[in-house]
Amino acid sequence: MKLIHCPKVGTRPASEFVYGGLWRPMPDPDSTTDMEWSHYVFHRDGAPGVQREWWCHAPTGMWFVAERDTMKDEFLRTMTVAEAMKDLAHG
Amino acid sequence: MPLRLLKNAFSDAPDPRFFNTPRGLRDSYDVVIIGGGGHGLACAYYLARDHGITNVAVLEQGYIGGGNTGRNTTIVRSNYLTPEGVKFYDESVRLFQDLAEDFDLNIFYSERGHFTLAHTDAAMRTMRWRAEVNKHFGIDSEVVDRDTIAEAVPMMDLDCGGEHPVLGALYHAPGAVVRHDAVAWGYGRGADKRGVEIHQKTRVTGIRVVQGKVTGVETDRGVIKTGKVISMVAGSTPRVTKMAGITTPIVIHPLQACVTEPMKPWLDTIIVSGSLHVYVSQSSRGELVMGAALDPAILHSTRSTLDFVEGLADQMLDLFPFLGNSKVMRQWAGMADMTPDFAPIMGRTAVDGFYIDAGWGTWGFKATPVSGKTMAWTVANDKDHALIEPFSLARFDRFELVGERGAASVGH
Repeated sequence: MKLIHCPKVGTRPASEFVYGGLWRPMPDPDSTTDMEWSHYVFHRDGAPGVQREWWCHAPTGMWFVAERDTMKDEFLRTMTVAEAMKDLAHG
Repeated sequence: MPLRLLKNAFSDAPDPRFFNTPRGLRDSYDVVIIGGGGHGLACAYYLARDHGITNVAVLEQGYIGGGNTGRNTTIVRSNYLTPEGVKFYDESVRLFQDLAEDFDLNIFYSERGHFTLAHTDAAMRTMRWRAEVNKHFGIDSEVVDRDTIAEAVPMMDLDCGGEHPVLGALYHAPGAVVRHDAVAWGYGRGADKRGVEIHQKTRVTGIRVVQGKVTGVETDRGVIKTGKVISMVAGSTPRVTKMAGITTPIVIHPLQACVTEPMKPWLDTIIVSGSLHVYVSQSSRGELVMGAALDPAILHSTRSTLDFVEGLADQMLDLFPFLGNSKVMRQWAGMADMTPDFAPIMGRTAVDGFYIDAGWGTWGFKATPVSGKTMAWTVANDKDHALIEPFSLARFDRFELVGERGAASVGH
């Protein structure tokens, strides 16, 4: 069975986890144009590669961030939201 | 057809091959189509037949119809929810009905009738809404009650074990199944006869764009000069649009399907349940062709999983408990281009000469003829065809989504 590691809950079967979409910074809605906003809302890179995603451990409701290779379906790293935010702040 | 059979029975010469294999790539083409699936071959066919554009190359990285054209569950229907969708798919069903004659090839078009089951009051409301939209556009579509379903499908447990009883269904008499390979081959042969070159095992590695205009395509067999490129690849769209330097809302999710061992005919209609996330029909060989919802997370892979078969079997047994002992023979997956509004993305793009026919998610096969026809018109006239105007890539910048989710979300 495929396992996923949640930084708070530990390693659990994949069936307990829910995918929550891409993790990406939101532009400031007050200072973006309509075009930039529509790109943020709808457009995605979409190409295969390593991406950061929201994942949720459903039984505990714990959200965290995972780095996953979308070509191989491999989890490379998981981190708490706080850790991911820190990465974002450091660019 | 029978005469040809008889002739071949007394002859040593093999039947001529469906396609020529062109020797090498030429230096330039008027139009290059990326992707030799149903859509790409249909576009090439209509470009040659209706617009006289025959200096066309279809580039396919694998083999003809080896992608999602050969991986879908072959259902054709037009009972969608939005007026844009209904008009578009209705034209496709009409084209499908004449295809066998167009091609002089049996595509095994079999009208079965299509039940979309409703298990909740909310689902019944959507069915009534869909039926009214459908009827408004002259499409044979109606809401039916439990008794009608019981009569048509006596093997079904309408109470689903008591958990989610069927309340009624949307019935669409023209719903059909078609042999998907034959559709691709028919279009391929028709295009080939008219001078289109179909290059299999030719992978596109780059698209040359100079000052916002397409000038050529790079492949693993050399560079081609062309002013018009159409991307008609299911599941690889983001890789191709990246080459042209544009982004789209498309993300890739796998869609899985499977077939059981062959059994005696017992199901002559197509059954879909959005609430149970399943759809099933029985092929002419007797196999049950079954599918379910998309895999939840983005993935660029055609691997299949045990989770899928377990989940599907669980739901299927609610509907048809007697299938408990039947065996699953094969399972497979295709990569589906998903869009936020469950409608396709078609037509011109911000790059001059780069056209897109994508976002075909889980509903691409039934649109094969009309996509080919409207995209051929669009490329020949460099103007979006009226039927595909609502599906332009620019709709997202205008926040004008098409909202087809209610009728398209279960992959079929």
